[in-house]
Amino acid sequence: MPQRRLASVPRLILGVAPIILAVQVTFAVLQPRPQARAEELTPPPSVGVLRALSLGDPIAFAQLLTLWLQAFDNQPGISIRFLDLDYGKVEAWLQRILELDPRGQYPLLMASQLYAEVPDERKQRLMLDLVYREFLRDPNRRWPWLAHATIMAKHRLNDLPLALRYAQALATHATGAGVPHWATQMQIFLYEDMGEYETARILLGGLLDSGVVQDPHELHLLIERLNQLKDAEKSSKPSKN
Amino acid sequence: MPSTLRKALTIARFTLLEAVRTRLLGVVLILLALLFLASLFVQHISVTETTRMQTGFLAATARMAVVFVLSLHVAGSMVREFNDKGVDLLLSLALPRGGYYIGRFLGFTGIAIAIAVLTTLALVALAPGQGLVLWGLSLALELTLVAALALFCVITFAQIMSAISFVIAFYLLARSISAVRLLSVSPLLAPNDWTNRAIARLVDALAWLLPDLDRFTSTAWLVDHTGSLASLGLNALQTLIYGGLLVVAGLFDLYRKDL
Repeated sequence: MPQRRLASVPRLILGVAPIILAVQVTFAVLQPRPQARAEELTPPPSVGVLRALSLGDPIAFAQLLTLWLQAFDNQPGISIRFLDLDYGKVEAWLQRILELDPRGQYPLLMASQLYAEVPDERKQRLMLDLVYREFLRDPNRRWPWLAHATIMAKHRLNDLPLALRYAQALATHATGAGVPHWATQMQIFLYEDMGEYETARILLGGLLDSGVVQDPHELHLLIERLNQLKDAEKSSKPSKN
Repeated sequence: MPSTLRKALTIARFTLLEAVRTRLLGVVLILLALLFLASLFVQHISVTETTRMQTGFLAATARMAVVFVLSLHVAGSMVREFNDKGVDLLLSLALPRGGYYIGRFLGFTGIAIAIAVLTTLALVALAPGQGLVLWGLSLALELTLVAALALFCVITFAQIMSAISFVIAFYLLARSISAVRLLSVSPLLAPNDWTNRAIARLVDALAWLLPDLDRFTSTAWLVDHTGSLASLGLNALQTLIYGGLLVVAGLFDLYRKDL
């Protein structure tokens, strides 16, 4: 549609427009920044309801939910601390997101690398347990998170039996071609740490005999380790004299 | 009373009459009745907090529905008047364009208030009390802003399709801009990286140009009674400022139109 000249607009309107725009910007700047509050993280609805809300596109919806959940994750001073969150609700949301998008790795990354980093053992265990349960549903894709959980259990929680349980699960279930050997070999070194040299030696010997390990450097390293285990086993056995 | 204001009020009255004659309020009532039935279904399938779930569902869906219906009505009414050359006829009388625009805006504001009252009444049985009054008043303010926005868009775009698309996009962005701001400053995104800082600043600038509809008509006011007069006062101030900005922008466009 053709337009008239600018001069046809009354001066009052031309004068008021920039003033009112400046007032709006000032008003907006003076408002406090939005902040996530721990109590605003409500329990998630059922996966059926979430599927209905996704309007037939659960993956995109799961991604949006992940980003929304992330808004509760920020650091002190900016938003809220992980520690203040209700981990039961966080766990429920992460599970729902994984149900909507089972191939997505983001929720397990958040569980193992972010939420499990809080200085609260109960909350750490809750997240590691979530990673373990979700690993069992798709071991060949989700093994990196359980491998991280194994290290966390050993070094942060100092819970070797728990670390061993995770490492055994890795060795038993993560059997795909894309899973590196170090992940499946973790249980051997945990047995060694626990002083169970015989079990570690048997497992390592079995691994070498199976022919799975082909890389010469890796073979050399593992054979040396096997010999160390044999020495350690001998020295740990009580003398017959 | 100045004659231009008297004429503007006459136009506002006819705008209200048009809404009655096109059965707009009937449509809103039917819509609210359908949503109430849907909320009964939600209550039926909930295993706990049944009334809370029903209230939350009805409040959220009714708010979205009335926003959509009001925008459609404003856009439809204005485009029809343009197509019927009603605007040309009115402006050929001794009526300044500003008077016509203000009259239409006042009329649509009246309709927004009437729709807010009907929507609030639909929730009386579920969440009576001060929270509902605050929620209803906030809805009236929100709908007033939507009416001003739709009027500005239809004057600018002169087509229902583009005007409504813009209104919906603007409304959704204004309601979600707080969440977008929260996401944009996450330290998980390497806050020292200049691109992340630039994006965060860009989002902030965008937020300053939008009304913060996130603070309007919150369902929490109904179910958790978290609303207050102070919050409502801020909403009223935001409506006054942003409504004024939209009216001035709409007047600017109307005066430049070669009718």
